[in-house]
Amino acid sequence: MAHQSSLIADDILAYLQAQENKGMLRFITCGSVDDGKSTLIGRLLWDSKLIFEDQLAALEADSRKLGTQGDEIDYALLLDGLQAEREQGITIDVAYRFFSTDKRKFIVADTPGHEQYTRNMVTGASTADVAIILVDARKGVLTQTKRHSYLVSLVGIRKVVLAVNKMDLIGYDESTFRGIVADYLDFAESLGFEEVACIPMAALKGDNVISVSERMSWYDGASLLAYLESVEVARESLDNPFRMPVQWVNRPDLDFRGFCGTIASGRISPGDQIVVPASGQLSRVARIVTMDGDLEEAVAGQAVTLTLADEIDISRGDLLADAQRRPDYADQFEARLVWMHDEPLLPGRNYLLKSGALTLPVQITDLKHKVDVNTLELHPGKTLELNEVGVCNFSTAKSFAFDPYKDNKGTGNFILIDRFTNATVGAGMIDFALRRAANIHWQHVDINKESRAEQKQQKPKVLWFTGLSGAGKSTIANLVEKKLHSLGKHSYLLDGDNVRHGLNRDLGFTDADRVENIRRVAEVAKLMIDAGLIVLVSFISPFRSERNLARELLQPGEFVEIYVSTSLEVCEQRDPKGLYKKARKGELINFTGIDSAYEAPEAAEIVLDGGTHSAEELAEQVVLNLFG
Amino acid sequence: MKLNMTHLRQLEAESIHIIREVAAEFENPVMLYSIGKDSSVMLHLARKAFYPSRPPFPLMHIDTTWKFREMITFRDQMAHDLGFDLIVYSNEEGVRQGVSPFTHGSALYTDVMKTEGLKQALNHYKFDAAFGGARRDEEKSRAKERIFSFRTDTHRWDPKSQRPELWNVYNARVRKGESIRAFPISNWTELDVWQYIHLEQIPIVPLYFSAVRPVIRRDGMLLMLDDDRLKLQSDEHVEHLSVRFRTLGCYPLTGAVESTATTLPQIIQEMLLTRSSERQGRLIDHDQAGSMEKKKQEGYF
Repeated sequence: MAHQSSLIADDILAYLQAQENKGMLRFITCGSVDDGKSTLIGRLLWDSKLIFEDQLAALEADSRKLGTQGDEIDYALLLDGLQAEREQGITIDVAYRFFSTDKRKFIVADTPGHEQYTRNMVTGASTADVAIILVDARKGVLTQTKRHSYLVSLVGIRKVVLAVNKMDLIGYDESTFRGIVADYLDFAESLGFEEVACIPMAALKGDNVISVSERMSWYDGASLLAYLESVEVARESLDNPFRMPVQWVNRPDLDFRGFCGTIASGRISPGDQIVVPASGQLSRVARIVTMDGDLEEAVAGQAVTLTLADEIDISRGDLLADAQRRPDYADQFEARLVWMHDEPLLPGRNYLLKSGALTLPVQITDLKHKVDVNTLELHPGKTLELNEVGVCNFSTAKSFAFDPYKDNKGTGNFILIDRFTNATVGAGMIDFALRRAANIHWQHVDINKESRAEQKQQKPKVLWFTGLSGAGKSTIANLVEKKLHSLGKHSYLLDGDNVRHGLNRDLGFTDADRVENIRRVAEVAKLMIDAGLIVLVSFISPFRSERNLARELLQPGEFVEIYVSTSLEVCEQRDPKGLYKKARKGELINFTGIDSAYEAPEAAEIVLDGGTHSAEELAEQVVLNLFG
Repeated sequence: MKLNMTHLRQLEAESIHIIREVAAEFENPVMLYSIGKDSSVMLHLARKAFYPSRPPFPLMHIDTTWKFREMITFRDQMAHDLGFDLIVYSNEEGVRQGVSPFTHGSALYTDVMKTEGLKQALNHYKFDAAFGGARRDEEKSRAKERIFSFRTDTHRWDPKSQRPELWNVYNARVRKGESIRAFPISNWTELDVWQYIHLEQIPIVPLYFSAVRPVIRRDGMLLMLDDDRLKLQSDEHVEHLSVRFRTLGCYPLTGAVESTATTLPQIIQEMLLTRSSERQGRLIDHDQAGSMEKKKQEGYF
């Protein structure tokens, strides 16, 4: 057993000294409830004395009440944390467990193996060094076994244990075990694992969990725990080039300027040359400062504070990198993306990307294909649903420094955040930078937006009319344009229907198409702004995030959101094109206000009450407000 | 040349990373300081994270007015010695109504003086992030707690809609009024905490060390007489026993254990040789099945 070192009782100081030098291993267990996964972890906790007597008493009581093992202890009950889950008999999230032996401290990510929980497994695996894939000896390699293995390889785990469990139920039969191992290795060949340790096991009985079982004398390998205690954890992060995202700039006084961060990869010593990819500026490390004194060297995983020999401009979000072996620096890249939210991915929508300490607006410009996590087949697709994996091209608002995930986990990962709900919606692993981003530069021209606007004696603006169908957007926009024309302004009206007949004729009315529709209109409006025009856009544009996207394409003050606020009842009564009638009859699907959502603006520059005022009055209000 | 960081150094680095991330991403963070050993470790890590600067946030203690006197002395001493701004907040309404664990029961008392007090303080100072010293190994429902734990504008925790946390990248986006609780020592165990205190020689409240103290036996616990608010019942009598505390909370709710451990190594030795988990000394968890989970949903740490 784990802490049986007699030193504890005899020489606690010697024991503590030995303990201070032990390492740590993080691993994930993959399998379904039926594979005995919770039982296995319960066993590891139990056998390493991590269950206390009061917990044991509770466990015994629970086992009788809820357990599935008759009068025996149901180790699985130790792990099911939340009440609702206990009653359903399943774990539904990622839970972290801890145990330690004299050799290592272990952190176990315990995740459920059900199909719908790809999200949890990827989450748990993202911090793991090793994965244990559980297989029921009676069932062999199943679809879920392949799914788990693929996901584990996707997040870059290179060492895997194939734990063939429940050997007791097949009479500890060697040939069945060998057959399962052969099946698995055949399948896993394409996944690029560095090492697959195959262990026959009976977690409930304890065979080959902590110590080698006598009931399987034909097996000459290590027990699971012995393997976990000794497995060499990939030290590639130490051999990779130096990278450190700057989390915090430390300025206690004018004489000290330190850059705080956790070293993502490599090692660093005073005198080493570093580069800041964003500016291309170079410097050398002066000191590695910690509260315990300056260090001669710091390595991947350490949280340190660096001072530099030169005063160069560095702020939170910058990456400090080895000047000889530099990261990519680009604003477009391809990545594999795991979708983690109920609301599907909409290409073209603007999300936030967080990588290291940097947060940037980002768009998915192309969903190249989806990966079926069960068969590894590639399929075309327009969106990603919860738990789907896709290969996408991304475009960020500005360039940033990163490495391919396969070369460097620490600087090749990112999360996606929904700008409206703030939910974490995706997890990405960068494949490579797209070179076209680096090679295409804006043509430098002498005639620019300012000179064009000046010639027209006006300030270019986008007047973005949003509201339900029938709210009066186009009527008002038309009147506003007439008034502008008579004031000698140069304008252009982009109307939903007109644009859909031409530029956007290939788009329908699904959420994904609506997003793309608005993206194109916003880009056209931006070009027209560049031409110096006042652009009137009359579009239902139901989603806040797309309207925000349009706003962010432009300079502050150029985008004027005009919310034509007319109630659904009034719009439906007006029904100028007979569309509501059709939608109510079910002849028109995805109709805004009926079976597709309209998200009203929260901070529109102008709100027009379309229910009580005439279009003429409202148009006058807009013109007075903006040009009066 | 060292190849592997030891487990304590890895845990330390992870905690420092989390503390820096919160300080950088939030406008108005605060570190909740409960005066216990976990808080002491968290405080030590915060100092390391920003050295040579001082941590850019204040400490806050939610004072239920029922803490051991030695804890209060220690708290003020630490804040003074380390140069921290210390906010002490008590639920004045609860104090006025004389809410005490004796008269109102542990459940209501905890709700009013701790949970309500905490919510009031967070609202009052408009903190958008609060560090807590909770660990995932303490209790089952904590095992699934995120490191950045999102709370609604009414401080509620919804176990079903937590944000996934990948790698060491934390989503810190909140809207006005919403907040997060950040748990930098989530991945530490009780043993890690003690070993680290030993390794780094971190000061802790003397109550953790064994001494002869006046105690009574009540509800299967050894309660220490810390002031005259603990009224003896007719069948109770004061004993002078060599006791210490494995966990420190409000004195009428925290049981002592009989012990002769007067040094850190002895404490660790005792812990490794006994088999009773640390929260057992606290009444709060025994009230009902899954009680911690319910309390957390309502805003308890």
